[in-house]
Amino acid sequence: MSATTSLLQKMTAGELTRRVLNKEPLFILDVRNDSDAADWQIEGESIELINIPYFDLLEGVDAALEQLPEDKDVLVVCAKEGSSKFVAEQLLEAGRSRVYYLEGGMKAWSEHLEPVLIGKLQDGGSLYQFVRIGKGCLSYMVVSEGEAAVIDAARMTDVYSAFAAEQGAAIKYALDTHLHADHISGGRKLAEQTGGTYWLPPKDAEEVTFDYEQLEEGKVVNVGNIKIEIQPVYSPGHTIGSTSFIIDNRYLLTGDILFVESIGRPDLAGKAEDWVGDLYTTLHERYKSLPDELIVLPAHFGKITELGEDGAVSARLGDLYERNPGLQITAEADFRRMVTENLPQHPNSYQEIRQTNMGKIHPDEEQQREMESGPNRCAVHDK
Amino acid sequence: MESNKKVDTTGLMCPMPIVKAKKALDELNPGEIMEVISTDKGSLNDFQAWVKQTNHELLKHSEKDGVYTFLVKKNE
Repeated sequence: MSATTSLLQKMTAGELTRRVLNKEPLFILDVRNDSDAADWQIEGESIELINIPYFDLLEGVDAALEQLPEDKDVLVVCAKEGSSKFVAEQLLEAGRSRVYYLEGGMKAWSEHLEPVLIGKLQDGGSLYQFVRIGKGCLSYMVVSEGEAAVIDAARMTDVYSAFAAEQGAAIKYALDTHLHADHISGGRKLAEQTGGTYWLPPKDAEEVTFDYEQLEEGKVVNVGNIKIEIQPVYSPGHTIGSTSFIIDNRYLLTGDILFVESIGRPDLAGKAEDWVGDLYTTLHERYKSLPDELIVLPAHFGKITELGEDGAVSARLGDLYERNPGLQITAEADFRRMVTENLPQHPNSYQEIRQTNMGKIHPDEEQQREMESGPNRCAVHDK
Repeated sequence: MESNKKVDTTGLMCPMPIVKAKKALDELNPGEIMEVISTDKGSLNDFQAWVKQTNHELLKHSEKDGVYTFLVKKNE
């Protein structure tokens, strides 16, 4: 390296998240092979991205240089980070200066959770959304009076533990709206680590190998002395057990039933024909009977444009009946056709992920990471 | 199948398996065969894409206990 060469700078997944949320311009050079890059990429309104595999740049980076802007920060990205450093260093040697590599690569991007405050609760306490921006998953934490409940936790449980500790709260409950098929739940591990209880809808838990609390309509989970209520609402359709939560009479956590720009898919346990009717009933009867003012907080987002100004993903229930494409078809026969004809590819490894969440198989961390790699495909409109 | 050259990249992470494979391939004559051993999980997609891109031929690949073996024939 010559004396004039700039130093290679790293960018963390958290820093990248804030650039995406703040819509700061960034040019990404994705050096993974083209099939992996086509499968899933970093997205953002202010992000430009090109893909040139690192093995095309082994003899020189000229092919990349001519496509990279000099007046923008350039972030080199690969699966883990080795190849991105290799390429980024060559860019620096070629005289470029505003060059970064993504620390931990797409692996770290897929695992990053960004906490966003959704709102203060009426009698004290706060509700946070954890945006897993690289994977499109959303989880939640209710904090009140030194207690916390986590809903639809991702497997990176340390993030929730650390966040709760910062708030001076102990995690008492981990709840899942359903048995997940697209990501490995951290709920059970979190409950074990904190001495809390793990709640799961019993109809999704018929094959599980562990003890859990039955999450059923009519029960109320209280968080903190001020009694922030979490009321379960039975809302099948994505799975037979799918259960929503109303928190503080104001927020509706819909799990994988209703998203901001799409609706849930009914087929990941292999039962599209049976469950599409449940999905219809939940969306067009059950949810319809709830107050329009409820703020819908889903367990996923499909497109980066669903993220609001501060990164939060939410919408008023009444507004979704006006504009969510999945809610515009009100005749049941048409609805059935629309859903069953628009099912996207299955998420990667979804069968193994379900088995893991049932406690039937016990993959190590590296295997879990591998199972979760790739895009999320839980909604009917995601292609 | 006999290989003319063996490249062992056990324990090396991306991009080193392909860096070493490329170096070895450059030293072969057209028609000769190279065997590459890798323990990097990302190798499979990367090797397939790299060999296709460079117009060589991936004769065979296999995986056993996390060890990937690739047989690559050098073309003109």
